[in-house]
Amino acid sequence: MSASLKKMDLISRRIRRWLVEITNKKRTAHLASALSCVDILVAAYWGGTLQVDPANPDDPCRDRIILSKGHAVGALYAALAFRGFFKEELLDTWNEDGGNLPEHPAPDCVPGIELATGSLGHGLPCGLGMSLALRIQGASSKVLVVLSDGECNEGSVWEAAMMAPAQDMDNLTVIVDYNKWQATGRSDEVLALQPLAAKWEAFGWNAKEVDGHNHGALQEAIGWAYEKDGKPTAIIAHTTKGKGVSFMEDDNNWHYRAPTEEEVVLAHKELELP
Amino acid sequence: MRDAFSKILTMLAQEDPRITLLSGDIGNRMYDKFKETCPGRFFNCGVAEANMTGVAAGMALCGLRPFTYTITPFVTTRCLEQIRVDVCYHKAPVTIVAVGAGYSYATLGATHHACEDIAFLRALPEMKVICPGDAVEVREAVKAILQQDSPVYLRLGKKGEPVVHTEIPEFEIGKGIIIKEGTDACLLNTGITLPISLEAGLELGKRGISTKVVNLHTVKPLDEELLSSVFSNFPVVATIEEHSLIGGLGGAVAEWMVDQPPFKSRLCRIGSPDEFRHSIGTQSYVRKQIGLTPKAIADRVEESLHKSD
Repeated sequence: MSASLKKMDLISRRIRRWLVEITNKKRTAHLASALSCVDILVAAYWGGTLQVDPANPDDPCRDRIILSKGHAVGALYAALAFRGFFKEELLDTWNEDGGNLPEHPAPDCVPGIELATGSLGHGLPCGLGMSLALRIQGASSKVLVVLSDGECNEGSVWEAAMMAPAQDMDNLTVIVDYNKWQATGRSDEVLALQPLAAKWEAFGWNAKEVDGHNHGALQEAIGWAYEKDGKPTAIIAHTTKGKGVSFMEDDNNWHYRAPTEEEVVLAHKELELP
Repeated sequence: MRDAFSKILTMLAQEDPRITLLSGDIGNRMYDKFKETCPGRFFNCGVAEANMTGVAAGMALCGLRPFTYTITPFVTTRCLEQIRVDVCYHKAPVTIVAVGAGYSYATLGATHHACEDIAFLRALPEMKVICPGDAVEVREAVKAILQQDSPVYLRLGKKGEPVVHTEIPEFEIGKGIIIKEGTDACLLNTGITLPISLEAGLELGKRGISTKVVNLHTVKPLDEELLSSVFSNFPVVATIEEHSLIGGLGGAVAEWMVDQPPFKSRLCRIGSPDEFRHSIGTQSYVRKQIGLTPKAIADRVEESLHKSD
C-alpha cells in the first residue's frame, strides 16, 4: 500500500500527538528522539516500497523494518498500532506493570517488532544477517534499518557497514535519523561524525541526503535505495530532534524530559489534526 | 577437535540447507570443502566479531541455523553483548563455536587463553554450554545441537587431542557420559581435559581407589539426576576443567550443591587459578604448573578422601 502525502502527514500528526500525551502520562524518556523519527517510520510503513501485512505479520517473505534506535520505540509502537498490527488500546499499556510494551522493544512484544533493540549498534548487524538469510532463501524481501546519529558512535555499526558491500547487499538500506544531537551533546562534537554521507560512501554504500521530515522525499529515497545495483544504500535523513512541537525542537533537554499537562495542551495545539 | 567439527558440519550442511558458517577470519583451508559443497553459506566476516554475532542472530531469526567460529576469547568475551542481546534475548538458535579452550593456545599468551568463557556464557539466560571431551563427542554434539532450537555455546580444543571413546557414546545435551565406573571416588570432567581425567582415574585405581569418571559435557543445563546420584554414593566428587574455578563446572556444581539437602560427600574443585599466566610455555607446561595432570589430580582426590575419613 502507498498512502497519499496528505494521509502520511495526518498519521505523523496523530503519532506525535500520542507521543506527547503518553509521555506526560507515563513519564517515559526519549520523547524528542521519538518525535525526530516519526516521519521516517511513516514513510517506511506507508510509503509503498516496503511490503508488510498486519494480518500476516510473520510472513517469511515480508520486508523487515528494524528500529535500531530502540529508545524511540514510542514512535514505532504508534506506527504499528495505526498501521493495524495491534489494537490501539494496547498503546495505553506502555510502560505499565505486567504490560507488554517496555521502553525499548522486546522480542515479539507486539506483532510487527522485528528486533529487540535498546543497546545501540545492534540493528545493522542483525539486519544484515536477515538480508543475507533472505538472499540464501531466494526471497526478494528488503531490509530497512533506522539508526540514530549518536548510534553511529558504535563500532559494530561500522563493522556491518564494511561487510554489507563486501556481500553486495542491495536489499539492505539504512536510514540515519540525523538530528545532530545525542544524549548529552551535539553528535558532530561528541565524536567526529561528519561528513556522514561521505563516510557511508567511503565504506562502499550508495548515500543520499534528504529532508527527514518530508514524506515525499523519504518515500522517493526509499524507493531509489532498493534499485538493484549490487550496493547497500544509506539515506542520511536530516531531522530536528523534538520535531513538531516548537518549544521542544532542537532542545536536547527533551531527550529525557516529560511534558507537563499544560505543555501537552500547547503541543497539541501545534499538532492540530486538519 | 576442530577438524572433527569442520568435517561433521560440512557433512550435515549438505543435507540441511539451514546451516550457515560464519568465520572470524580463521580456518584457512579448513572449510574449503564446506565452501565447495555449500556455496553461498560460508561467510568470512572478517576480524569483526560483534558484527559476526549480530549477523548470525539475524540469520537465525529468519529460520537459518548459523554457527559462528573463531578463537575462544574473540567469539565469546569480545562480543558478549551481542551474544546476550541478539542471540539469547531473542532465543535465536545460533551456535557459538570456540576453538582453543583453556590453554590450547598457551604459547600465544593470555590474550588467547580461555579460562573464563564458561562462566560468562553460562550466566546468560537461554544459553546451553557444551564442552565435548574428544573428537567423537564433538561430532555427536553438533548432531544433537541441530535437533534443538536454543542458543548453544560449543567449546572446542584445537587439534590432535587424544580420542577417548572407542565406541560412539549416546550423546544427549544435559546428560553426562560415564567413561569408567568406580566405587570410591568420582571425577566429573568437562571438556578437553577428559584424557587427563581418565588417566587420573586409572592412576587412582592403581592406588587402590576405585574411581568413576564422567564427562559432564553439558555445563548448562546440569545433569541433576547424575549429580544427585554421585553425591549420594561417593565420599569425594571432584570437578575437573581447564577453566577458572570461578564460574566454571566446579562453580556450577557448587551452586547446585548448596541448594540441595546436605550431602556427606566432599566437593573437590580442580581447575585454573584466578590469574593470568605471565610465564610462557606450552599447554602441557601450563597444566603441570597448575596441577592439571593425572598425578596431581590423583593426589588431590586421595588427599580429599583421607580428609573425609
